[in-house]
Amino acid sequence: MAAGIVVAGASLGGLRAAEHLRAAGWTGRITVVGEEPHMPYNRPPLSKEVLSGKAPFASLAFTPKPATADVEWRLGTRITAARLDERTVTLDDGSLLPYDGLVVATGMRPRRLRCPGPLAGRHTVRTLDDARRLRDELTRPGVRVVVVGAGFIGCEVAATAVALGVAEVTVVDPLPLPMAGPLGELLGRALLKRHEERGVRFVLGAGVAGFHGDERVTGVELSDGTVLAADVVVESVGSQANTEWLEGNGLDLSDGVLTDESLRVGGRPEVVAVGDVARFPNARYDGVPRRVEHWSIPTDTAKHAAKTLVGAGPGPFAPLPTFWSDQHDFRLQSFGAPALGLADVRVLDGDPAGDVLVGYHADDRLVGVVALGGQPAARLAARYRAHLLQQPALTA
Amino acid sequence: MKVVVDMNKCQDHGQCVFAAPDVFTMDDDGHLLYVPDPDDALRDEVEEAADVCPLQAIRIEG
Ligand SMILES: Cc1cc2nc3c(=O)[nH]c(=O)nc-3n(C[C@H](O)[C@H](O)[C@H](O)COP(=O)(O)OP(=O)(O)OC[C@H]3O[C@@H](n4cnc5c(N)ncnc54)[C@H](O)[C@@H]3O)c2cc1C
Repeated sequence: MAAGIVVAGASLGGLRAAEHLRAAGWTGRITVVGEEPHMPYNRPPLSKEVLSGKAPFASLAFTPKPATADVEWRLGTRITAARLDERTVTLDDGSLLPYDGLVVATGMRPRRLRCPGPLAGRHTVRTLDDARRLRDELTRPGVRVVVVGAGFIGCEVAATAVALGVAEVTVVDPLPLPMAGPLGELLGRALLKRHEERGVRFVLGAGVAGFHGDERVTGVELSDGTVLAADVVVESVGSQANTEWLEGNGLDLSDGVLTDESLRVGGRPEVVAVGDVARFPNARYDGVPRRVEHWSIPTDTAKHAAKTLVGAGPGPFAPLPTFWSDQHDFRLQSFGAPALGLADVRVLDGDPAGDVLVGYHADDRLVGVVALGGQPAARLAARYRAHLLQQPALTA
Repeated sequence: MKVVVDMNKCQDHGQCVFAAPDVFTMDDDGHLLYVPDPDDALRDEVEEAADVCPLQAIRIEG
């Protein structure tokens, strides 16, 4: 066992994997390989407190735990390939790193728009360096921002831009309502109204056909021919999994890396996956493997996968997903899997115009709750969390 | 064991309350209250609470 465990990816999932391997009793070597030059840091503030300048970059680092003092960090190093049969990964300097156990924690990167036009002035928000660059542009006086994509990150960036004093903030999306894919129409409408009242303009039902400008972007051309003037564009059109390095091993990489109910990859006892990149079945629901891009998942999966890797037989993984999103002066707080209950959405408490608690049902069973508003709504959601934990599993 | 919460960072998400209900609670206004010197037997719970805090505002000393 001299080679030890290699953790691929040095963000929240990789960090928690190292910590939970120690907690599960692994005393051998742990090497964490990460492409970014930074020690693991917290991403959610990037689109909020970091962009608005409320939190300095330095405040994002996770506090190191004493049990992981002897973990080896290979930062600024990309893994380019893996040979699972030989138990090695290849690093970007061409060297091979052998392992006895492998944790896949390489997460996601932003999807980019592939349409004609210049690249300069176009941003994504995934890393510290991304947030830094965008902040520098948003603080220029008189800047006009077009955000492409009305999902969580797009809406958070739009809200932060308004808070920064940016006078022209427009969000474009081919869908008719913001965040309606994961949350449904009822909240989609409520969120649209709140954003518009606070100064965000929406152009919905329109895709992007291309970008105007020579050196740098000056406008966004929509599918109907309209051109929106823009000095800065933020592309928040979803993400794609960093799994290319795993190709050639016969794995299912169609959307992240497929795992079994113990987070094992490719049926191998020595390979597990954690965090955003893992597509796992959740025994709490219908057994269909899904990726979950919530902040709570790297920690939940790492705890479970570490036990799997050291042979502790933790049993089927069944987390209760949870996420939050802070936009303007309100917070969304979710427990469970609302996206599985979009066909039967009910207001459980309050009013969509104020604080509201919305319930999502499948087979007449509560599968998720989302609170929108301030503290009272969050407290109600917390009360329903216990109820969600007691619901029987959905049948496939 | 000593627990310190950076109240400048805390945004009352309440995740710590689920992880360690013996140490963290919410008052009637939804603001965090906590026991600063919990029993050592609660260490696992408190560590979990620190891990699940979205703001990483919980520190364990000793
Ligand atoms: C801007 C932003 C805001 C967010 N806000 C919220 C929020 O409010 N609430 C919420 O619940 N969630 C939020 N999230 C989601 C949350 O941050 C993610 O779920 C979490 O970061 C996933 O962690 P991870 O370790 O699985 O993956 P990642 O954080 O994606 O980390 C993967 C790491 O692996 C590295 N890597 C990739 N490929 C390789 C390779 N081949 N070799 C070596 N290293 C590699 C990458 O450089 C990266 O550092 C937000 C995410 C972003 C980007």
